[in-house]
Formats: sequence, C-alpha cells, structure tokens
Amino acid sequence: MGKYDVILGNEGEKHFLLGNEAIVRGLIESGVGIATTYPGTPSSEIGDVLSNIAKDIGIYFEYSTNEKVALEVAAASAASGIRSFVFMKHVGLNVASDAFMSISFTGTKAGLVIMTGDDPSMFSSQNEQDNRNYAEFAYVPLIEPSNPQEAKDFLVYAFNLSEKYEKPVLFRTTTRVSHQRANVVYGKKREITKIGKFEKNPDRFVLLPSNAYRAKNEVIKKLEDLKKESEISPLNVEINNNSEYGIITSGATYNYIMDAFNMLNIKLDILKLGFSYPPPYQKIENFIKRHNEILVAEEVDPFIEKHVRIVAQIKNINVPIHGKFDGYVEFSYEQNPDRIVKSISKLLNIEYKESKNNNINNLPPRPPVLCPGCPHRATFYAVKLVTKQLRLGDVIYPSDIGCYTLGIQPPYNEADYLLCMGSSVGTGGGFSISTKQKIISFIGDSTFFHAGIPGLINAVHNNHKFLLIILDNRTTAMTGHQPNPGVPFNGMREPAKEIDIEKLVKAIGVEYVKTVDPYDLKNTIIAIREALQRDGLSVIISKRECALLRDAEMIKLGKWVRYQVNQDKCTKCMNCILNYSCPAFYLDPEGRVMIDPVLCDGCGVCALPQVCGFKAIERVEE
Amino acid sequence: MKPINVKIVGVGGQGVVSAGIILGEAASKRNINVVMSEIHGMAQRGGIVSVDIRFGEAYGPISPDNDIDILVGFEILETIRALKYTNENTYIIMNNEKIVPFTSNILKIGYPNVEDYIKNRKNFFAIDAVEIAKKAGTYKAVNIVMIGAVSALNILPIKNEDVEEAIKNVLPKKFWDVNINAFRLGVETINKLKAAYL
Repeated sequence: MGKYDVILGNEGEKHFLLGNEAIVRGLIESGVGIATTYPGTPSSEIGDVLSNIAKDIGIYFEYSTNEKVALEVAAASAASGIRSFVFMKHVGLNVASDAFMSISFTGTKAGLVIMTGDDPSMFSSQNEQDNRNYAEFAYVPLIEPSNPQEAKDFLVYAFNLSEKYEKPVLFRTTTRVSHQRANVVYGKKREITKIGKFEKNPDRFVLLPSNAYRAKNEVIKKLEDLKKESEISPLNVEINNNSEYGIITSGATYNYIMDAFNMLNIKLDILKLGFSYPPPYQKIENFIKRHNEILVAEEVDPFIEKHVRIVAQIKNINVPIHGKFDGYVEFSYEQNPDRIVKSISKLLNIEYKESKNNNINNLPPRPPVLCPGCPHRATFYAVKLVTKQLRLGDVIYPSDIGCYTLGIQPPYNEADYLLCMGSSVGTGGGFSISTKQKIISFIGDSTFFHAGIPGLINAVHNNHKFLLIILDNRTTAMTGHQPNPGVPFNGMREPAKEIDIEKLVKAIGVEYVKTVDPYDLKNTIIAIREALQRDGLSVIISKRECALLRDAEMIKLGKWVRYQVNQDKCTKCMNCILNYSCPAFYLDPEGRVMIDPVLCDGCGVCALPQVCGFKAIERVEE
Repeated sequence: MKPINVKIVGVGGQGVVSAGIILGEAASKRNINVVMSEIHGMAQRGGIVSVDIRFGEAYGPISPDNDIDILVGFEILETIRALKYTNENTYIIMNNEKIVPFTSNILKIGYPNVEDYIKNRKNFFAIDAVEIAKKAGTYKAVNIVMIGAVSALNILPIKNEDVEEAIKNVLPKKFWDVNINAFRLGVETINKLKAAYL
C-alpha cells in the first residue's frame, strides 16, 4: 500500500490518475475477484498497482506464464461465478487467441472482461494491429473508452454487460488511453465474491464438435441480442451541434476531434461509439441520414467505417462517407489533433495549413540503450569476442522480446531476426536446418517461460543445431520488473516456487548446458567457446540480476561502488568505448576517457582484463 | 478558452514524468481540467522521455504542433531537439546539463551548442538546476527545481502553494523538506532572471 492508497478512495472523490490506474479503480467498483496478466506495454501498470494492493483488498492477482494461460485461469474463475479480469498488450491476445475464440462459444457465468492494450504508432511493440478485429472475429462485444474516466466507468459497464449476456467482453484501450493521466471521479465500490462454485454443464463447457455445432447458432443469436443492447447503450452517444456534417468515431480519436474543433473554431455533429461491436446499425443509419456528409475517424483499421459503409449499402443511403478507405483519414499510426484537423479540413473543403516543420537535423540521436551495469552487455561483449576469435564469419543472431533486443545496436549488432515472444528458439532451429551459418539465439528468462520452452523441445526432438543463450536477469525487466516463474516470489509478493531453468533444460534433453555469470567474463567466454565448437544444440544460461534491481538494493544498503579511469595508465585504445560501449563512458573535451560517476553502476566488468588490457580502470569505494 | 500546453523533455531517469504528475496534481486539486501523456516501456531505457501536459479546455493528451506554451528541457540536447514543437512566443526553461548520448561517440556527431539554436528567442531561461538542487539538499531534486521555475513564470492556472501541496501529495513525507526547498529555489531563480530582464 502507500503509494496507491489513492486508488482505494471513497465514492465522489476525484483524483489525477493514469488510465491504467483508473482501470484498477474500475475493478474495485466492479467487484472483480480475480485478475491475471502477462506484463506488456501499455497495460503493465495495472499489474504494478495490483501487485501492491490486491492482497489488502481481497483480489487474487497473478502474473501468469503467458497470456493464454492468464486467460484460461480467468475463464475458469468466471465460469465458477467470480468476476474475472485479464489484461495484456495487443500482441498478447494473439497468444491468448486460441482460448479467446472458444470462450466466446462456451460463454461465461460471472463477468469476464479481457483488456487489450493496443499500441498505435508502436511506441513499445513489434507491430501495429487493431485488436477490435478480434471482437468481430470471435463474435464478442467490444468496449472502447477514450480517457481515464471512461476507462473506469466503461469497465463497470463491461462487467455488467458480460454477466447479463454470459459473454466475455473485449475491452480495448490504446497507449494514449492507458497512458493518459487525467481527473477521475470515483463511483461506489462493489463487494467481491471470493469463493465460487463451478456448476457442471458439459454440454456447454466442453466444446466437442457436436456441442460447438449447437453453440454456434446460440452465439449468432446472442450477437443479435447484443446489437439491440448496443442500440440503447449510453456508451454510444450523439453530440448534436446542428451541423450538416457528421463524424463517427471512437477511443482516443474522439479527443483529437474535440481538440480539432477548438483549433478550427467549428463544431460538427459527432456519433461516439463506446460500445462499438456489435455496432448500433439503427443509430448509425439515423445519424447518416440526418447529415449531408459523413467522416469516420478512428485508430487503427477502418473497423467502424466498414460497418458504416455496410449500413449505407444495406439501407441504400446515398450520403458520401469518408474515412480511411478513401484517404480522408490517415491509415497508419495513431491520430493526433493536427491529423484530424487535416481530415476535417478536407471534409469541409477548407484550406489546411501544414504546420511548419522546424525539424532540426544533425543532432545525435538518443535511442534507448542497455543500462550501465546491464548483464546483457557483458554477454553480448563475450559473444562478440568469441565469434571473432573463432573466425565464425556470418553468425546469425535470432533475438527475442525484451531489453536485450537492444543488442541490435552497434557495436554489438547481435539481433538479426525477431518475430514475437519465443521466436528466437523456433527460428534458431529453422536457420540451423536451412543454412550452414553458425546460429546464436538470445532469449530472456521471462520470455523463455512464456513461449521458449516448446521451441526448445522441438529443437531437441528434431535435432536442430544452434546455441541458445538464456539471458536470465531474474525478472521481467523491460516492462518494469515484474516477477516470473524463475524467481522465488509471485505477483502478490508471496513466496513462490522457483522454476530452475538449468534443470528444466537438462530434463528436456539438451546435452550441453552451462550456467555462467556474465560479470565473470573469463568463464563466460570459455563456455561460449566450448558451446560453439560443439556440433549440436547447446544452451548457456547467463545468469545475473538486472542492474536496476541491484542498484535499488545498493541504495537501500547505502553502498556506493564506482569505477574511474586512471589517466596515467589509459592508452586511449578506446576498446571500452567502441566495443564494450557502456553509456557511463565519455570523452572529455581534452579527449580523455572518463566514466560518469552518476551513471556508473559499479558492476566492474569494464575493469576486467578482457575489456581493459591496461588495468587503467580502478574501483572507487565510498 | 485555448488550453495551456506544457511539454517536458529529458532523458530516462531524470524525473520527467514525476514533474508532470506534480503539476497535474496541483491543477487537479484546484478543479482545473488537466490531461497528460506519459511514455513507459522500452523507450525509457536511457532514451528520450517526453511528457505533454495540458491545462484547461483540452481533450487529448497530445498538444497540437507548434502550440507549446512552455517547453521545459531537463537536458540541453533534448531541449534543442524539442524546439521543433515550439513557436516564437514559447517560453523555454532549460536545465544547463549535458548528457552526451553514446551515439555522439560512435556516430561521431558532435554535441550541439545551444546558442546556435536560441537566437531571437525572447523567452528563453537557462538555469543550473543540478547546482540548485544540490544546494537544496540532493542532485536528484532537479525535476522539482524545474517545476519551481515553471511555476514562477505565472502562466499556469495554479499558484506556487498549489504545487507545494501537490509535492506533498505525490512524494513520501521524508522527501518533503528537501523538495519544497528545491521548488522554492527554482521559483527564486526564475524570479531573479525575470527581474534582470525587465
């Protein structure tokens, strides 16, 4: 508790909350008893908050091994009568999709809401996908909030809707909703059902083909009922400004439309859909008919626009409809006030002044980097040294999802192929049977548990030959240090059984398995060399706690270890800067190699003879 | 009424997001509408952190292009990079601190000179926020010095007392004194600079 006490406040209070924090408040107001997730931006903060408060308020919360498992845990809980919530980033729903498609057929008992955090413009993601399509794909109702207040209020609505129709509900936020901070007024808390009871009903809950066959018709019938609900839903609102032009929108785009009205000093009519699937066809029909011209603006796909066009076609309405299909609205990336001003200007046929582009060129870029002290840097450095020593030439580096994807940057250049969570293992195997090149795959501990294990079993069984390096930094670092099955505590901060990666890998049947400490460069290098000289599948577990976790620990202990360059010994060979490349190094105006004492994390790897052959980097202790 | 748009930029770890939260919290407690955008996830790792915070009649958390009323730069290079969002009337408060990105060495692109970019800027204030923060008690309070400087401009619809109250709402009690101190030193610094201009 402490930091997040504010989320527990009373009805009527108003607080400045992050969208994701408002969602946690929404869970409290919905009486949710069980919440599960696998961390992923932009949804992670929900777990960070729950991890702190769940136990105190009587919610069961877990970090599951992956999104599919998370959804399965939540689905069974909801089938047992406990309101359940599962949240993930957009690509997480790809992983969970197998379960998701079927839960639509079985339905639920207590409310089951699945949140997808979509990431238009890909601030932290490998692709841009519009998960609203999943709602239509699975015949599941869809809710889209625009801001933190709606995120909270609509979540309460979503749980009631789910329970009323015994259907799972897809709740779609985007980065600019989940990571928007604004005022939120609280509603009433709802009692939690803590112990459920599963009433058996195999005809419904066991999807044998014969049961699924029957369920299909019921699913479609329910979709008709949900359409009627969508027609009368208070989440689908018209804002009438007596204009001949109408805009249909949803989610974050609504905010930009309102901002654009202020910028242009105009007001057009709006139909804002918060319950956007199944879409309210009657409402849309009436709205189109009342206007001379329609613009549909949304993020990412022309999802609503498609339905608006369907309504016009079915009802034979001859009103011009504009949107993404005819280029009035930009297709890729998130919307923003200027993009919407441009779209509205085109609609109204008024001049649009492109804002002046004052881009300043030739500034050094500042991409995200591996932190000072990051154990991954030591591993990447060791791999580079060995591949050079052994003259391995064109090594292929399949990479995976995590901080270590940053190994793509120079000077390491150790990321060549990446698809999704766990892909480093499967693709490592693929390259091994299709090329003669050496293959070194990288995967993090959390990612290995999430989706790497089936790939490894596949590689052993099918005799794929490559080196897999498991970068075990004892946490899920990139999303904010959530626990994973390899650490001795869980999402509620209770002691938990630790899964031993080395034992697991050996049990799968990998013959060469070594665990090394990447800060011990000498032995790390020996292990990598051994592994690369073998003809077969090898696994090295490079195990060392994330530097940020260690820093936090050191601060608590009041310890202060730093390194500095002894200028008398430094030969300016630049190996530390050009090849090891810790961001704490810099050149001062006189061209001397320096270590920034604030950035230095005291790991000491740069002082090892494998990095500085001249013993010029010395330890400073306070 | 047109909203007041503030952009805060810096480097991961400088406390950019907390600075925004404190300003927003101050407005929220005054019943002023406020929306803010945050960046989390991969982008944070030593990369650029940028926060938009909008006061008044704003709906989305993203400010329109070239419509920033106050640019708050926690670092010199990032301040220069963010000048593209400003207009000639934008107030700019910059912390005189260089954090050289590793690309500067590897790609051999020199660290820029701020003087080359702020010619003809009438509302530009550079302050040594690190030194001021140290004077207040900890170099970590740079972000609080910077919001003191913002508050002193008297452009936001909140008073210094509101921000001090928000600091107490957001930070643990043991950090109150040093941060209130840092805030007041930030206010004072800008007040002196303003007096010197007039």
